Amino acid sequence: MINTALVSWKAFGPIIPEMFLVCIGLFLIGLDVFSPKRRELLPWLTVIGCLAALVMVAGEKNIVGFGGMIIADSYASFFKIICLLGVILAALMSEHFRRTEGLKQGEYYSLMIFSAVGMLLMASAGDLMVLYLGLELMALSIYCLVGLPRNDGRSAEAAMKYLLMGGFASAILLYGISLVYGLTGTTDIAQIAKYTVTGNLLENPALLAGLGLMIAAFCFKVAIAPFHFWTPDVYEGAPTAITAFMSVGPKAAGFAVFGRVLFTGFPQFHDQWGILLSSLALLTMAIGNITALSQTSIKRMLAYSAVAHAGYSLLGVLSGTAEGLSATMTYLLTYGFMNMGAFAILVLLASPGKRRESLEDYKGLAKTNPMAAFLMLIFMFSLTGIPPTAGFIGKFYLLKAALGAGYTMTVIGLVVFSSISAFFYLRVVRYMYMSDPQENIALDFTPGISAVLGIALLGVLGIGLLPGSVIGQAATALLGQ
Amino acid sequence: MIPLSWYMSLSAILFAIGVCGFLTRRNLIMMFLSIELMLNAVNLNMVALSHYLDSMRGQVFTFFIITVAAAEAAIGLGIAITLYRSRKTVHVDEVNQLKG
Repeated sequence: MINTALVSWKAFGPIIPEMFLVCIGLFLIGLDVFSPKRRELLPWLTVIGCLAALVMVAGEKNIVGFGGMIIADSYASFFKIICLLGVILAALMSEHFRRTEGLKQGEYYSLMIFSAVGMLLMASAGDLMVLYLGLELMALSIYCLVGLPRNDGRSAEAAMKYLLMGGFASAILLYGISLVYGLTGTTDIAQIAKYTVTGNLLENPALLAGLGLMIAAFCFKVAIAPFHFWTPDVYEGAPTAITAFMSVGPKAAGFAVFGRVLFTGFPQFHDQWGILLSSLALLTMAIGNITALSQTSIKRMLAYSAVAHAGYSLLGVLSGTAEGLSATMTYLLTYGFMNMGAFAILVLLASPGKRRESLEDYKGLAKTNPMAAFLMLIFMFSLTGIPPTAGFIGKFYLLKAALGAGYTMTVIGLVVFSSISAFFYLRVVRYMYMSDPQENIALDFTPGISAVLGIALLGVLGIGLLPGSVIGQAATALLGQ
Repeated sequence: MIPLSWYMSLSAILFAIGVCGFLTRRNLIMMFLSIELMLNAVNLNMVALSHYLDSMRGQVFTFFIITVAAAEAAIGLGIAITLYRSRKTVHVDEVNQLKG
């Protein structure tokens, strides 16, 4: 007989936001099936549900549940906020996007919410098992989202490439986990650090191999070179609103597990992973920025820029300090705002039958649509890292953290490659402001897309002008850990 | 009793076969099968280690891996079907609309 008193509702405390989101996701499926007339409500219900979850997540204070498997601390809640913001902005964007693309709504929003649940679990994973399950829940939902436009061959191709690469990466992750489990006898991340010391495993080559395999798999997920090959194809083939979502949520969740596993599970190995990650960061920045130079499609250029920005964000992680990790967290939030903004302009410009993703389509945009061109200008400045935008502040703190930890070469690399990046970001600005318009595009500022642009602008300028608040939040999130 | 190292070597060999298959095969279905082989190598490793360490975590993990692998196979085959409908091929080298 099971003693029912043992199953207390209090035990579910740490996963209340996740359970709430699952309910919302199921409700949306039900609404879609049983009340097709109310489909117009789906994006707004998604936004409201995620806002409610956001409030719950922000109120979480260091609860550890399920025997250490779920750690809902302030570190996790910072990443959860980034992921939920990503879902909210992507849902608002989709409200506009589906009109131009003629996308069937159906399971679209519920898949988005389920992938958010996966990200939330990743952020608060205290055990490699939960980490794996969260990662797969996120990834499987996104494979479906990428392949959702069934009549578009490009989406199917992107989904296939993503699924193959993602499946390969998770198999590598699992093999790494199995090696670590074999040596330490546990999958609890905090216990691993203890056993490596007591079990005298600091020099063990098999443990290092296990750690290396896990790092390689995480690099796949956040698109760090040389594991970034899927990124440009998947970003280009996926529906634009989903591309925007993928560039923010999964990346933040990936960095959350990066930080958690390296800082909590393997802090004694900082000498090894610090060097490894600094060379990967250099390679990523080089490949991302140099390949982006030759792109003629803005969507593809933003994909390579996502690779480059993953390289920048890595700088905070590799420094191995709390300061560095808080710089990475701040950078991911700023990147979320500016990238969502840039993709929102892409969504705004697209009209039925015409995607307008190439550079040529932006010629003379300032003359036909000064508002859209000005917003794009701000987002491009922020992606380059020009003050007073948020991109500058984010890069500044990353540089400071990496310099403080003694990675001078990587810092020099960041400065050189981000000045190279100015060429392709500002080329968009040049096309918009210094060329003659080719066609007169009538833009439709629907409530959804206007809200995305407003929030993104507010985020980019807000963090750029008042950086202290966000940095402070990130720092307290780490110290409260 | 069969020593642990035998299980681990078998698992390493299976995993390596899976990796080679994934990298050399160009048929979508064969690549899926290679990933499944890699996952089963991990399962073998987990179960053997779990028995050897006398801890249940490895076996519980294996259940989760099997479940997720099934879900992944369902989605993968679904995507393969959509791809076949639009391109009439499941050969990865012929699916190359996105590049640059």
